[in-house]
Amino acid sequence: MSTRDWPLYEVFVRGRRGLNHVHVGSLHAADDAMALRHARDVYTRRSEGVSIWVVRADAVTASSPDEKDPFFAPSGDKVYRHPTFYELPDDVPHI
Amino acid sequence: MGASFEQLLQRHERVEPRDEMPEGYRATLVRQIAQHAHSEVIGMQPEGAWITRAPTLRRKAILLAKVQDEAGHGLYLYAAAETLGTSRAELEDRLLSGAQKYSSIFNYPTPSYADVGTIGWLVDGAAICNQVPLCRTSYGPYGRAMVRICKEESFHQRQGFELLLAMSRGTEEQRAMVQDSVDRFWWPSLMMFGPPDTDSPNTAQSMAWGVKRNTNDELRQKFVDMTVPQARVLGVTIPDPELRWNPERGAHDFGTPDWEELRRVVSGDGPCNAERLAHRRRAHAEGAWVREAATAYAAREEAR
Amino acid sequence: MSRTSEPGEESVYAGLVDATGADAAHWAFGSRAEDPLAGLDTSVPDGLDAAELARECLALGDDALVLGHRVSEWCSKAPELEEDIALANVALDLLGQARRLLARAAAADPGVLPVLPEGAAVGAPVAPEDALAFFRGPERFRSSRTAALTDADFAHAVVRLFWWASVRLAVLARARSHADPVLAAIAAAGVPEVAYHRDWAAAWVLTLARGTEESRRRTLTAVDALAPAYAELLGRHPHVRAEVAEVVGELFDRAGLEVPQAQDGVPRDELPDLLAEMQSVARAHPRGSW
Repeated sequence: MSTRDWPLYEVFVRGRRGLNHVHVGSLHAADDAMALRHARDVYTRRSEGVSIWVVRADAVTASSPDEKDPFFAPSGDKVYRHPTFYELPDDVPHI
Repeated sequence: MGASFEQLLQRHERVEPRDEMPEGYRATLVRQIAQHAHSEVIGMQPEGAWITRAPTLRRKAILLAKVQDEAGHGLYLYAAAETLGTSRAELEDRLLSGAQKYSSIFNYPTPSYADVGTIGWLVDGAAICNQVPLCRTSYGPYGRAMVRICKEESFHQRQGFELLLAMSRGTEEQRAMVQDSVDRFWWPSLMMFGPPDTDSPNTAQSMAWGVKRNTNDELRQKFVDMTVPQARVLGVTIPDPELRWNPERGAHDFGTPDWEELRRVVSGDGPCNAERLAHRRRAHAEGAWVREAATAYAAREEAR
Repeated sequence: MSRTSEPGEESVYAGLVDATGADAAHWAFGSRAEDPLAGLDTSVPDGLDAAELARECLALGDDALVLGHRVSEWCSKAPELEEDIALANVALDLLGQARRLLARAAAADPGVLPVLPEGAAVGAPVAPEDALAFFRGPERFRSSRTAALTDADFAHAVVRLFWWASVRLAVLARARSHADPVLAAIAAAGVPEVAYHRDWAAAWVLTLARGTEESRRRTLTAVDALAPAYAELLGRHPHVRAEVAEVVGELFDRAGLEVPQAQDGVPRDELPDLLAEMQSVARAHPRGSW
């Protein structure tokens, strides 16, 4: 049923010049331009911020299903340890 | 390997959206965050009704900004719940169908402008007691939403107290309005903390998961202790004959709320339940064509 | 009780908000709640007709007050939470402009202030802006009828706001060079606000006009119903007519809408009802303090 929702956007705000954009939250909007207007209205209504980025949540690429793994674990799993890394022929039994 | 759910809780680290978590934890969070969000959105109505009649332009601006904040709080909280895999539309359905509840306090009427002040002072005051510990809740997105919400709520409480203080220094009639309003909202405010600990089966699990940080009765006590001296400044009488300072406990003793009333109001039989839900359903239904138009327009523009 | 996060609490807002160094009170009500003319010299410059200046400020102030009131009625009723917040921002901006303009009018010419009910006194407890807003009858308001119209639906709201803000923006942009420095400063502060209102409304007019059949039908109905309003707005500000017509024409072109032709009809007069509601509490307690 979630198709009834406008898509979800992530919002990043630069609090003042010299600072990075920081993730401040999310909102729904029908398109990018509306997302920018919503971000202004929702997340900078107390005039905190000099610049806004919005990006559709489904356009964010995350490091892995578990964000700590494998990039952030010092000697963590490597991608080749993931079973889905290997394409196996269909006729291999019991794998 | 990342830390397990249990390890994160033990180390008082936050659980983030993509971490593994028990289904019960996820379900508890979705329910609690959604009910909190619903409360913010429904909570716009009792005070919102006074925006067009606020007696000064300053009060009008303050009230409108405050009710706007409630919409913002609802929005932040729905977004936090969405990180757990439940969409806003689904959560709204659960509110509108009555499947999920919202805070019982918003089912009481607001017949006087003093109620704007009392809601700020007592209702937002109680909300702050409930919410400040939630800034340290174990689920990251929920805690982050609460940080911003608490900042705004503390000013909501302050504006309410300031309005009551101004009114209590006004005419005799205004003082009577303030007392009447406090009489009506005191007990429902105490009920905002939920049933007594002896009758709150989910509290132990929620505390073990770090979703809740204090029991209902602890928070209720804290609220009473915080509020009594403020009532003195306002010159209002708290409508509880059993209320007195207990030097041995270092805390106030106070009477027992009417738990039967809380049960009735939560289960849908409060003075304004039907009205509040009908208002929300109407807004949602009347907005449908607008939301659909924006979706259709965006799809057409993208195809161009 | 701690108002902010605990020590050691990670908070994205700590870096974001506290770094702005803004007065903590802006968390309460934005920066829009306190004395509207704080810090300004309100004496009227030599050679300027104070009564005329006051009338000008009242016309602009009343219009913002009345439309802000109508827009605030959307609170808790908007099509989506994000739009609820957006509409409240518009209403708050207009209310802020109204307060500054009414205060300016009263400071320029106290003769515009109404006679207050017995026991009430301007200053304490009734501020001049409140005396003007709450204790004048509809016959003394200088707002447009357009501003007081009740919204039939969201299409009505965005079409009216688009036209109103287009005119307002042109008027305020000119007023930035007004001989009265106070009015000029109020206008300068209002320009970016109203520019945003206009753009917000324009985006919605376009979206609704080109969205679904239903939204287009409603947009056409709103344009039709509001035709007298458009005529009234242009009639009140003939000196910006060409500029406004160009902006409106461009958007309506893109939206596939026709700009209403000049016509004689006048909008309904809904101001008395609006004021009866707006002034009800203040008038019930003329000696009250809030």
